[in-house]
Amino acid sequence: MGIVSRGFHGRARPAQEKLPPGQYLTEDFPVLSAGPTPRIVRDNWTFTITTETGTAHRWTWQELLAMPAEQPTVDLHCVTKWSKLHTGWTGVPLDAFLADVETAADYVMVDSHGGYTTNLPLEDVTGGKAWVAYAFGGEPLEPEHGGPARLLVPHLYFWKSAKWVSGLELRDEDEPGFWEGYGYKNYGDPWREQRYAGD
Amino acid sequence: MPSDNHVDGNAMGGLLMDAFGREMTDARGCCASCGSEHVMAELIVYRSGPGDVLRCPSCSTVLMVATPLPSGPRIYFSRLLWLAPKERA
Amino acid sequence: MARAALRGRLTWQVADLVDRIDETAQVRSLVLDVPDWPGHRPGQHVDVRLTADDGYQAERSYSIATPADGTRVTITVERIDDGEVSPYLVDELGVGDKLELRGPIGGYFVWQPSDGGPLFLAAGGSGLVPLMAMVRARIGGGGHVPVRLLVSSRSPDEVIYGGELGMIDTDQAGVEVIQTFTRAQPLGWSGYRRRVDREMLDDVAWPASDNPRCYVCGPTGFVEAVATALVELGHEPGNIRTERFGPTGG
Repeated sequence: MGIVSRGFHGRARPAQEKLPPGQYLTEDFPVLSAGPTPRIVRDNWTFTITTETGTAHRWTWQELLAMPAEQPTVDLHCVTKWSKLHTGWTGVPLDAFLADVETAADYVMVDSHGGYTTNLPLEDVTGGKAWVAYAFGGEPLEPEHGGPARLLVPHLYFWKSAKWVSGLELRDEDEPGFWEGYGYKNYGDPWREQRYAGD
Repeated sequence: MPSDNHVDGNAMGGLLMDAFGREMTDARGCCASCGSEHVMAELIVYRSGPGDVLRCPSCSTVLMVATPLPSGPRIYFSRLLWLAPKERA
Repeated sequence: MARAALRGRLTWQVADLVDRIDETAQVRSLVLDVPDWPGHRPGQHVDVRLTADDGYQAERSYSIATPADGTRVTITVERIDDGEVSPYLVDELGVGDKLELRGPIGGYFVWQPSDGGPLFLAAGGSGLVPLMAMVRARIGGGGHVPVRLLVSSRSPDEVIYGGELGMIDTDQAGVEVIQTFTRAQPLGWSGYRRRVDREMLDDVAWPASDNPRCYVCGPTGFVEAVATALVELGHEPGNIRTERFGPTGG
């Protein structure tokens, strides 16, 4: 550890509410990306679920908007230690998409425009735990935050909430996605502080 | 084209010097995807939080990812075909 | 001997703040004394590390504003309003305080008079800092390379080192300074009043046929627009060196 810098506090603020271990509260919404921001036209947007047998189910933007939406209020926990509480989203639960899909798979690989990927057990995106979210704070989701639509899986570290989501692949075998392949935990439970592969 | 939230390999100078034990911003590397050669300073760098993603300026392929593990930075080599530090006089 | 010098560059050193200079309302230069400083080249930067008493650490890079001068290292910091580190450096750090840094870092975005020219420098906002080290090296007795420095600022109040730039005698120093102001201009200004574009660079930069060395520094959008325009004007990409400070300018 270095010398202590007199008077330096960083952004850390004491939280009134309980946060997962190692997290700090933030009021900002940091924009962090692994690559260039894709520019996707809503009219051309599609969301595709491909089963383990290769069957593809596809939804257009119009179809997305016609599905019953929810307005979940959730806490976000980023592996870089910031937490943002009580964020309001509008989105369609993944359960609604999967209701039409026959699968015996246990895992999903989430695909995004731009090539980002993340992997999850299927049970972590069902049962009301995940949404395809297209609005934040009542406003259409901006490109820098993952718009037109991103995955929202708030019970895991925020890297699992893939921006610019384009679809899911249902898989029998688990395989690491982008950050999972670069040192981060395969699962990523903030309450058990599962940040890195060795945790 | 809208400017994205990226910098370049100059910003990775300290981390690379620490990892390789010498100045590396002028080291030349080759992209395994498109074959172009660039010095490290010219790589497009996304400081994304979980890690720094270093991309080929010609084709945007991920060449390296620097992850700040608790034990210290770890540099993953993705599609960097080769790396050649600059000859010293 | 070389290995000891390298170890010095890699290890975190403790510097003393010996002076602060107000450059503009948002920008301050910090004059540091670094006991084991090995010297540096214009264009290089240092990494600065701050540690809170709970162990929390933050690191940032800052360009060195001055040519090598024994143990003296001056960095110029722009206060970013919601920044984590720059408000501390600009507002809190006082003379006598200590600052941890390592360096010098950089082997590409560097220029010394012996590297030759002519030299074209393009600065957007705080991108002027490393380029000023090059200009100061040239003026301080560094050879005869002709230099043109194009500085883009929002307004006259926001020109870093404005007084010093205004005092440069082109004929005597061999350095020509051209300014453009994108939001507000000085009274009676007859110069450029827009963002740097290809037409301006065609007027201002050395012609490509002179084979100049070009250095471009500032916000990412500025750097990429200028570098692209220089290539379109016929400059060899290999003659153009860039340093992007990110969307907020550093």
